[in-house]
Amino acid sequence: MQLPLGIEVPIPTFEQFVFIQVALLTAVAALAVVISRNLFHSALALTLTFFGVAGVYIFLEAEFLAVSQVLVYVGAIAMLIAFAIMLTRSMMFGRTSPLNNQWGKSSLFAFLFFSALLAFARATPWPAASEEIIADEALIGQLGREFVTTYVIAFEVLGLLLLVALVGAVMLARDR
Amino acid sequence: MQVTQWSEALSGWLMGLGLPGWAAIFLVYAVGSFILINYGMLSVLLLIWITRKAISRIQDRIGPNRVGKFGLLQTVADAAKLLSKEDITPYEADKIAYNLSPILAVFGVLMLLAVIPFAPGLTGVDLNVAALYVVALGSIGIMAALMAGWGSNNKYALLAGFRVVAQLLSYEIPLVLAILTVVLLTGSMRFGQIVEMQSLHVAGFNLGLGWLGIVMPGALIVFFVSSLAEAELTPFDLLEAESELIAGFHIEYSGMKFAMFFLAQFLNAWILGAVAVTLFLGGWQGPGVGLPVIGPILGLGYFMIKVFGVYVLQQWIRGTFPRIRIDQMMYFAWKVLVPLMIGLIVAQAIIQKLPTPVAIQYVLIFIANVGVMAVVAYVLQKYFREEQIRTKRSFEPTSLIGGMQVSEKGTMY
Repeated sequence: MQLPLGIEVPIPTFEQFVFIQVALLTAVAALAVVISRNLFHSALALTLTFFGVAGVYIFLEAEFLAVSQVLVYVGAIAMLIAFAIMLTRSMMFGRTSPLNNQWGKSSLFAFLFFSALLAFARATPWPAASEEIIADEALIGQLGREFVTTYVIAFEVLGLLLLVALVGAVMLARDR
Repeated sequence: MQVTQWSEALSGWLMGLGLPGWAAIFLVYAVGSFILINYGMLSVLLLIWITRKAISRIQDRIGPNRVGKFGLLQTVADAAKLLSKEDITPYEADKIAYNLSPILAVFGVLMLLAVIPFAPGLTGVDLNVAALYVVALGSIGIMAALMAGWGSNNKYALLAGFRVVAQLLSYEIPLVLAILTVVLLTGSMRFGQIVEMQSLHVAGFNLGLGWLGIVMPGALIVFFVSSLAEAELTPFDLLEAESELIAGFHIEYSGMKFAMFFLAQFLNAWILGAVAVTLFLGGWQGPGVGLPVIGPILGLGYFMIKVFGVYVLQQWIRGTFPRIRIDQMMYFAWKVLVPLMIGLIVAQAIIQKLPTPVAIQYVLIFIANVGVMAVVAYVLQKYFREEQIRTKRSFEPTSLIGGMQVSEKGTMY
């Protein structure tokens, strides 16, 4: 596609077009998390970001991961954050500025970190998807098998961590 | 038997006409989602009519019978009335959350329709993680309830919103575990394949009666009870309690926004029934679905009969059961349903690893299901008998003086 002033714009394919939409949604929602003055709106925008990331996973043909993302992040973590915000009254009603006196330094470091990430991402030779990683039931089965063989220690430790958190929560909530 | 999906057939036909691949796929899914969404919206008219008629009959009334034949158009009239109502936004409401919440509630439910297999080859998308997808989308409904409760700037709405979240999250766990039993047995999360597995071939003819609900009645019952709670139906409608709480988290909504919550609720009940039918009652399976031409039509008929049967059963329960308290609701989910399901899953996992033929495994799973259910029923019956005695005793005049002590010792916590 030829724009005036001689700028060449590649016409995106249909998949690229949809991907751009999903990526834009994710990025805009992530930005809204940071700049929203209302903490509850930040939490809602964060939920939207999680959805956007799930959309990116679907583009990578990782449906299982995408659905798990929605289940865990939207269903549990976003809910937890919303509850935590609702139960802290003082944070809820003050419409605070999202900027404090360190915004200059932190934006500098954020920019540096982003540049580093971008440099690494461009330098890494990403393997192209081969036919065998197309997601299917067999893949989910393989994932499960990996969890109880190769990564069994990490898996068990995570389970233990969750159990500790659960017991701790019960101890805190118990009547004394 | 490999059935061709409608989407593949249609997109193949369109590409044959000379359309580029992406345009054909886009067009096919646009048509598919248009049909599904409109089906969902319009079926609610029928669902509400069925509810009113069923409950009226149970309560010895006639129900709507003025607008249209048998009162079928009553819901249309109600929708027109709701449309003409004033759209109220409460003072200092969180406008984004308040206005987005009804849309999200309907959106989350309509998305579920995409994976329901209506007939052989007639699924919106035969997703390979459909079972998980159904569970994951439930969280959108929870989020919508929370947003409605918060955004209304009403403390009662907020409290009800918290209750909804507590109920839906709690009952999601037995629901997931019940789905897990099916996934464990069929080895697939694809709804198409789960339904395929429930055929029963006798002498080459598909009777279609190999329903998983027959093999695991325990999981079926737990799924059904949890889906009642997920759909906020009686006996778990303490969040709605129209006569007491004035409808919980959507108390501040009026007009069409209220109607959207209403729509989401009815459609959710129907879709959870459809998921129950898909997982446990054979989906579109039935005698003769393997036949070449009338097979798919028969399949659609069987599916609809089964789902509407489940829906009527839900309404029957709605018309006859008393409502339970919030503590009883939480108690039932965490101390009855979850341990029951974990027991069932452990038993099933062990049985499936036994070196026996599949038929014997099925029989063993059935026995394990019945056994676990019997144990739970016995324990519950004993518990309720004690509870009944305790309740009676605490209302007797003599014990009322020391009544606090009695209930202190006797409560279940």
